[in-house]
Amino acid sequence: MDPARLPGFLLRRGIKAAVVILAIVVCNFFLIHAAPGDPASVIAGQSGAADERYLAQLRTQFGLDRPLLEQLWIYVRGVLSLDLGYSHRQQMGVATLIGQRLPATLLLTGAAFVFAVVGGVTLGALAARRVGTWADTAITVLALTFYATPIFWVGLMLVLLFSVVLGWLPSFGMYTVGADYTGLTAMLDIAKHLILPALTLGLFYLAVYARLTRATMLEVADQDFVKTARAKGVPEGRILRRHILRNAMLPVITFAGIQAGQLIGGSILVETVFAWPGIGRLAFEALLARDYPVLLGVFFCTSAMVVLFNLFTDLLYALVDPRVEVAG
Amino acid sequence: MRDFWARFSRNRGAVVGLVILVLVMLMAALAPVIFPGTPWDMAAAPFLPPGEMGMLLGSDSLGRDVASGIAHGARVSLMVGAVSTVAALGIGVTLGAIAGYAGGWVDDALMRFTEFFQTIPSFILAILLVAIFSPSIASIVFAIAIVSWPPVARVVRAEFLGLRSREFVQAAECLGKSRIAIMVGDILPNALSPIVVLASLMVATAILLESALSFLGLGDPNLMTWGFLIGSGRSVIRLAWWMSVFPGVAIFLTVLALNLVGEGLSDALNPRLARGRA
Repeated sequence: MDPARLPGFLLRRGIKAAVVILAIVVCNFFLIHAAPGDPASVIAGQSGAADERYLAQLRTQFGLDRPLLEQLWIYVRGVLSLDLGYSHRQQMGVATLIGQRLPATLLLTGAAFVFAVVGGVTLGALAARRVGTWADTAITVLALTFYATPIFWVGLMLVLLFSVVLGWLPSFGMYTVGADYTGLTAMLDIAKHLILPALTLGLFYLAVYARLTRATMLEVADQDFVKTARAKGVPEGRILRRHILRNAMLPVITFAGIQAGQLIGGSILVETVFAWPGIGRLAFEALLARDYPVLLGVFFCTSAMVVLFNLFTDLLYALVDPRVEVAG
Repeated sequence: MRDFWARFSRNRGAVVGLVILVLVMLMAALAPVIFPGTPWDMAAAPFLPPGEMGMLLGSDSLGRDVASGIAHGARVSLMVGAVSTVAALGIGVTLGAIAGYAGGWVDDALMRFTEFFQTIPSFILAILLVAIFSPSIASIVFAIAIVSWPPVARVVRAEFLGLRSREFVQAAECLGKSRIAIMVGDILPNALSPIVVLASLMVATAILLESALSFLGLGDPNLMTWGFLIGSGRSVIRLAWWMSVFPGVAIFLTVLALNLVGEGLSDALNPRLARGRA
């Protein structure tokens, strides 16, 4: 893309992202009001954690006696100044709670994502080079299998195999409890705990990326510019890397953006299975306690993350593929 | 019809999928006959491994029969899958048809709306909906339908967009048919095959979603489900692997079968695409 048009492109995408985030806040607001019962008790959490005085305070704070539109305005203003409410159960602001748990989730989803993309593209490229052989069939079967398996069950089966039967890897948490490692040993400890959850979360997407890469590589390999490169004597390995793989990466980038939301959703299940201390686990704990402010906060926060990630993939796409028009 | 079957059965995977699917349906239908009484009752000593004391797949930590739970769970899974897919089709086909046929700003607005639903993390939205409206079979079906209609809307819109300017539609317009009559009577029947293929895949996704929700404890508290079985077996997985392994196998086989049938349907309904893909 013409670098001079980049600011305009960024601005348009930024506005679009802002509108989506605003819509999510509005969506949250109406969810609170759609719940059966008093919105104040929904905000406080329905587990009896709130007393009458707190409820009364909530009613004035959110202006629950005022017209709906005014309430909406108060709520939106609150969220946009990053006030995500207060968890009466945990005696802590929701924003602080999420902030504490975010790094663990980013580590997990990041590791799973890198594993899925690197593994998936490699396997897909292998399958495309050996179309019709047993390796190709094996990769297709693998993809079908992981499409059909519930992610939490994959996690449990990995625990069963690698922790219970073989005893190779820890099945629980992020650190060895009570070990108090520092420096490199602490990092190694976390890495050891990370393997199973990241594998669980990544395997499904690995299958997806492998299928996608295989299909697009076969498509690109048929095109004229590849034949031209071959005719003028470019070595086969270079054709594969520079001509085919680069073009086949484009749908993978698009797909990564589309799948970001599902990756985050999957991390709730994976973090629950492995007791990984991220926002997914936080959401599960909030779910058990019916702690709605935390649940709504997690929904808002993860949605915002997905929107930002989409913005990033849009930008990446525009930079990688000069043909992308800046319109839209 | 015979043509359709011939093309479907050329895909060997699809036939295998269909056989598995029919077996799961039989299991669901015959559950009250094979395992009379509720699956919640204690049937044997707790923690029995598979095969002991007539417990084909073992018993769980409260002495309930795992096999009975799986058979009864099949009813819930298939029902939730089917009903929520029908509901999602209702939303998606309506919005997609209007967007594709009307075009212009209506199309623009509806597609932005669809995009919004595709961006937000759908599983988290589903959790929120079920938690807020309290877990019941109705709220689960509702939540699954709300998060799974967008692909339908996109596919239907694309079909309608392509068919809208065809001669038979123009002819119907000249005859003075109402817009709704044209959309339902003339265009929709021609757009059915991608919808059918999508629907079979959506049932599979809905079953996975339901199992994930009930795994997290958001299942209908009165119904035995596969996800619930795995969720309750997971804390004792070190002692009793069978409690979480077998229900997972049931989910896997059912979802795999539906995906295979979907591919077979796609081959049978779009013969040109099928040849290109091989």
